[in-house]
Amino acid sequence: MSFLRQLAHGLRALVNRRAADRDTADEVGHFFDLAVAELIARGHSPADARRLAQLDLGNATLLREEVRSSGWEHLLENLVADLRYAARRLRRSPGFTVVSAVTLALGIGASTAIFSAVYPTLFAPLPYPAPSHILMIWDSNEGERSAVTFHTYREVAQRNHSFQTLAAADVPLWQPSVTSATQPERLDGQRVTADYFRVLGVAPAIGRDFRRSDDVLDGPKVVILSDTLWRLRFAADPEMVGRQITLDGDLWTVIGVMPRSFENLMAPAARLWRPMQYDTEHASKFNTREWGHHMNMVGRLMPGVSPGLARRELNEIARDPLPVFPRPPWANLKFGFIANPLQGEITRTVRPALLAILGGVLLVLAIACVNVTNLLLARGAQRRGEMSVRLALGAGRERLIRQLLTESLLLAAAGGALGLLVAKLALGTLVALAPVDLPRIGAITINGAVFAFALAVTTLIGIAVGLVPALHATRNDLQTGLREASRRSAGGHQFTRRTLVVAEVALALVLLVSAGLLLRSLERLFSVNTGFRAAQLLTLQVHEAGHRYDADSARFQFIEQAREAAERVPGVAAVAFTSQLPLSGDQDGYGVEFENEYNPQDDAAALRYAVSPNYFEVMGIPLRRGRLLTAHDAAGEARAVVISESLAQRKFPGADPVGRGIRIGPGSGNVKEPWAIIVGVVGNVRQASLAVNETDAVYTTAPQWYWVDNPMSLVIRGSGDVAALAPAIRRAIWSVDKDQPIVRVATMEQVVAASEAQRHFAFVLFQAFALVALVLAATGIYGVLSGSVTERTRELGVRAALGASRGNILGLILRQGLALTGMGALLGLAAAMAASQAIASLLFGISRLDAITYLGVVVLLIAVSGLACSLPAWRAARIDPATTLRAE
Amino acid sequence: MEPPTTDVIQGTLDLLILKTLSLEPMHGFGIARRVQQISRGVFKVNPGSLLTALQRLERAGWLDSEWRHTENSRRAKYYRLTGRGKKQLEAETADWTRRASAISRLLKAEG
Repeated sequence: MSFLRQLAHGLRALVNRRAADRDTADEVGHFFDLAVAELIARGHSPADARRLAQLDLGNATLLREEVRSSGWEHLLENLVADLRYAARRLRRSPGFTVVSAVTLALGIGASTAIFSAVYPTLFAPLPYPAPSHILMIWDSNEGERSAVTFHTYREVAQRNHSFQTLAAADVPLWQPSVTSATQPERLDGQRVTADYFRVLGVAPAIGRDFRRSDDVLDGPKVVILSDTLWRLRFAADPEMVGRQITLDGDLWTVIGVMPRSFENLMAPAARLWRPMQYDTEHASKFNTREWGHHMNMVGRLMPGVSPGLARRELNEIARDPLPVFPRPPWANLKFGFIANPLQGEITRTVRPALLAILGGVLLVLAIACVNVTNLLLARGAQRRGEMSVRLALGAGRERLIRQLLTESLLLAAAGGALGLLVAKLALGTLVALAPVDLPRIGAITINGAVFAFALAVTTLIGIAVGLVPALHATRNDLQTGLREASRRSAGGHQFTRRTLVVAEVALALVLLVSAGLLLRSLERLFSVNTGFRAAQLLTLQVHEAGHRYDADSARFQFIEQAREAAERVPGVAAVAFTSQLPLSGDQDGYGVEFENEYNPQDDAAALRYAVSPNYFEVMGIPLRRGRLLTAHDAAGEARAVVISESLAQRKFPGADPVGRGIRIGPGSGNVKEPWAIIVGVVGNVRQASLAVNETDAVYTTAPQWYWVDNPMSLVIRGSGDVAALAPAIRRAIWSVDKDQPIVRVATMEQVVAASEAQRHFAFVLFQAFALVALVLAATGIYGVLSGSVTERTRELGVRAALGASRGNILGLILRQGLALTGMGALLGLAAAMAASQAIASLLFGISRLDAITYLGVVVLLIAVSGLACSLPAWRAARIDPATTLRAE
Repeated sequence: MEPPTTDVIQGTLDLLILKTLSLEPMHGFGIARRVQQISRGVFKVNPGSLLTALQRLERAGWLDSEWRHTENSRRAKYYRLTGRGKKQLEAETADWTRRASAISRLLKAEG
């Protein structure tokens, strides 16, 4: 009630201001009249009475104002008046307004875009119910995470009391092929245990979830589709559940379709799911896929169980083997488990980079703010006179500050609106630039949270940017202010402005150093010796689909024929195949055991390549010792193995490994297995990434391995533009069998570049940030010097009149500018040294305190600031003493 | 010499206004004088505070106002207590009495 009445009264006053004012005036007037009348009655003369009433009651106008300003509507009126006034002022100086708004828009836009890009990864909760209850559980090896084996999962699932449900999913994607009228296609899918979706807390939108009875060895062929696949391939058929589809030549029954909103963060590429259907028996047989480290394990905690408690229980299980759960040496859990909430695990590898980028863009924002603050200060200096007059006339300081803040808030609002536009534009580019493995890249959009961020940033900026200038402009020294209206001496605001420029230079230096360090890291990385010659190499992956390739021999025959067919394409020099391609994300390692090695204690594992004999020549991998593989290393012959240099040096330091025995993978540790013979040593090849120096590798020919791998990668050495060979090679392979999907077609150079996408992404962004920062800092320096020259015109004129040469004056101003830069650079160097910690994880091959980078950046900064100083200095040098003195 | 005056105790102005108006409708100056008289000149009411308080109390629904014309054809605003204003007065009076007696008890105990 009371609130409504307040509102009604206030609105009435607002709508009919004049009547409300008259009412107040009448009431105050009446009050006065009565007071005067009373005094006259007491015997004072009318004039005296009036004077005494004034003294007693105070100024009638002020009284009216006091009554008037007590209602809430008054604040609104003030705000509207301030806004109108601010808008008028901003309109009157379009140059200032546009420059400031655009500067702020850049800052706000860039930070909003970056925030929206990192928000789903770093800040938003995962799109699952109670996401903090989902843990990801790793086996570990000396503190390093390692995928779990199926039997480890089974043991934990049966022994733990911490998890409601536990599930495992194969890390390598399940990639069934489908044949259609147009082209063979390979789908990306995931092989999961029955409870996978229950752990995530998402159920199929139509149909049913997997059941335990689906997930048994040789169980029913059932699949669950993603919404995308259902729409794209099956036209969103409402009768989809129960339909059969052909995958790899088998009929599979669709039992469900996941909801559209479902994000499969464990394997974002997966479009369909099948039950794991691994063998739960025979755990004491160790050479099975069930004992391979290739699964991700996730669990949903019981209500009331903390991650810490679950971790403790997991590690108790790890420490306490039971006879019913035998463990091979490579999965003996002696280092315990690593278990953390899913969100942290999924974003673990990208978080440092994303945080560094977010930090970088906030620095840009800070520089933009400092720049605009400086512009406002300069304007404030011009308005000194105006403010002093208003203060002298009795305007309250708070009132003036409020009005100036309204102005800066309005400016920030304009910048914010423009900034959202900038963000929207930038976001598209950003997503296109982002490494494809950025988690939740699909969830990046401008949403409520992003909007709130932009709004908060804009408001903060409006206040931050306006406060110092407002305080300065309304400083209560009327005398100086009024005198300064005639502009003679430089005031204290110059000190503030210089301080701000120094801060700006320092911030810019931090960004420049970051960009510089990243640039040098990339240079180092791309000059790393990969171990092969990437130029003129085309690569693609061939998938063998269908039951006619069930037999190893059929698969080998196909890949060999495909290789030969590709070799006959004009422009192709040679074609080889390999089970895993370096730097492509393939990662296939096995345990190895040597005969009479020098280093038997330390367990050895190595990358395993099944290749065509010409693989080394085609890739350009050099032979160091012994011989390469040949076509005579065929099925039925004694197994021949080529090992990498690093493995040879580690296991046979100073000795020749050629001729020694080796057992790999399924054969490793099996005394009944005859030794394979090491026939040669080849150069090291980077497999995981350019930065990771793990090059222990073993090579065999495809027919001499325990199975023939599927898929295989072809590497094609050609001449000219090898990318252009792709269509002809595709046709050649399809001439052997038209139903085999060909994927991942890329030149080797593209593969190498893509392997460093994350660093490259960070570098591109930091480069952009640094550029913007440099430009803004240069404008800041220019602005301050230029203002200073204007204010010192008279002084400079006097100096010139007294005989200072143009060179003297030029030097004076340049020195002033460079002193600012120098101070900023010094502070910036210290800040950059501290800040470089944030990007340390992105660096490669150089120290984060790399002297050359720091030096180069300082030189660049001084050169640019010299440029920014030169214009005001030149202007100063051309001041004509006669004109200045005459103006006095 | 006039006896020394003191400003109305913070927070009691509302109570004094409501009490004064409970006797008869009155204009602002009248209220000020009445407060001063009844308190035997102890309290002096600041016109600014009084007029803003009147505006606030009116908006709160405790007072009603009407404009009357004076003999020298000025407009004068007269305030009157509403039903809700009476209740408010009772509540504030009770509250004040409770506090005042508590304070005087305290002071006696001290003495």
